[in-house]
Amino acid sequence: MTITGRVWKFGDNIDTDAIIPARYLNTADPANLAAHCMEDADPSFPSKVQPGDIIVAGKNFGCGSSREHAPLAIKAAGVACVIAPSFARIFYRNAINIGLPILEAPEAAAAIAEGETITVDLASGRIVSPNAPEPFQAKPFPPFMQELMAAGGLIAYTRKKVSQNA
Amino acid sequence: MGLTLSQKILAAHAGKESVEPGELINCSVDLALANDITGPVAIQEFAKIGVEEVFDPDRVVLVPDHFVPNKDIKSAEQAKMLRDFGRNYCLTNRFDVGTMGIEHCLLPEQGLVGPGDVVIGADSHTCTYGALGAFSTGVGSTDLAAAMATGEVWFKVPAASKFTYYGNRQPWVSGKDLILHTIGTIGVDGALYQSMEFTGEAISSLSMDSRFTMANMAIEAGAKNGIFPVDEITLQYIKGRLKRDYRIFSADPDAEYIAEYEFNLDKIEPQVAFPHLPSNTKGISEAAGLTIDQVVIGSCTNGRLEDLRVAAQILRGRQVHPEIRLIVFPGTQQIYLDALREGIIETLISAGAAVSTPTCGPCLGGHMGILAKGERSLSTTNRNFVGRMGHPGSEVYLCNPAIAAASAVLGRIASPAELGLKEVD
Repeated sequence: MTITGRVWKFGDNIDTDAIIPARYLNTADPANLAAHCMEDADPSFPSKVQPGDIIVAGKNFGCGSSREHAPLAIKAAGVACVIAPSFARIFYRNAINIGLPILEAPEAAAAIAEGETITVDLASGRIVSPNAPEPFQAKPFPPFMQELMAAGGLIAYTRKKVSQNA
Repeated sequence: MGLTLSQKILAAHAGKESVEPGELINCSVDLALANDITGPVAIQEFAKIGVEEVFDPDRVVLVPDHFVPNKDIKSAEQAKMLRDFGRNYCLTNRFDVGTMGIEHCLLPEQGLVGPGDVVIGADSHTCTYGALGAFSTGVGSTDLAAAMATGEVWFKVPAASKFTYYGNRQPWVSGKDLILHTIGTIGVDGALYQSMEFTGEAISSLSMDSRFTMANMAIEAGAKNGIFPVDEITLQYIKGRLKRDYRIFSADPDAEYIAEYEFNLDKIEPQVAFPHLPSNTKGISEAAGLTIDQVVIGSCTNGRLEDLRVAAQILRGRQVHPEIRLIVFPGTQQIYLDALREGIIETLISAGAAVSTPTCGPCLGGHMGILAKGERSLSTTNRNFVGRMGHPGSEVYLCNPAIAAASAVLGRIASPAELGLKEVD
């Protein structure tokens, strides 16, 4: 699957409180979460983000809480993909489990600028920026995670496993 | 090649002789935990899997602790989902207002976690139980839902870093200062995807409560887990609490670590983490003097009896500064009761502290102590991110309970030494 979208840049160590503050966690309704997505990092983000946009951030994206509401908020806000040099480990698992595409790509994260329109091939991990002479290459997912994603996420994978064992 | 402590536990739970860092394995879990924020999403996802029972009703625990006693109607509905699920699926260990506590204080206290366990919880501070020599880590709601159904979870086997502490603990230094200093040294992603193994002569004399505090904050260095070797102090703690068998694992002498750090306690003074990262630490001598509006003592990090005891020692016969709101949150009902019987609660209230029923409330800006724009809180909690305790324009400084109590008296960040106090063992 190929995504073309406008880039919003964020810095290092964007924590889950910045992605979705706990004051909004009395619900897990995706539309409510999307309305406050990234609010404490950029208060205007929920009003300016468009479906298909791409977040390019610094290292350790999603650090802090285990709240799955963080990737849910980003996905519900219409963000098609998050690119960063590294992700906090719980956020990484959660994003895969709920089907929010994420790519670990240090060179791309460093080079790509706010407002660029970039193209990302999720299957190959190729990231094309109009300002870079060569495409960037994201780290590939291990085969097990590709299998999870191909199965439609962890719940679909587990459902299949449980029914086979029954 | 030898195995680290975490790798030993993971191998045993994956039914393997050995594991390697980076290997993807499927592990059985001894306990699966969620709270009133992450639990409702896990319950929704669990329903999609199509099983009629949880894998073991003794080993799934749902603790409403974040927004309880229910802070508003939506929170009440989330907590009700947990209560209904617990009843409908006949969960053995059910806790609620009046019997509950902050999950990571409660579960060890109730003997639900033991050495050698693999525990996952839909809460990032699940790493707390590493203090007991368990492999314990936070996951999201979907991972938790799958584990509730199958009793299994997939892991990438972590590499480990070894943290060795030696020397003499300085006055008013606790586990909180050791972990803040460590995070300050390695950074908030200094142990990303790794296991942090804590060891050394200074660790073997460290109390269980201080060990819980250290393991609790492993996540603030990006770690998958933090873990302590099991010793007499661990065994004394679980005696009479843990109602099932356990296994003691230890790291192989030739275990391979990707990094090793040594800390001399002779050189570590009480620490304060400045906004807006837990790694932004300074010694108290550099931090003293900053004025504050609110002081919070409690949370899964520092809401245990030892924490309340040191706060009371400092507040006894003194008054909270008129410009300060001091809020104290005992971690569990049992800790509250023990503190009451020791006279700690009376001391705190006489000094002008507000003492609350156990809740995560203020730590994550949920309720019971939200900050206004421009306000500054000194807190024994674990995170000081932007907006963590309220308005995005507020500030949180992290410290140990002794610094918090002394600062509440003086109205500014201060050491108990300024009050002429000496630490008692």
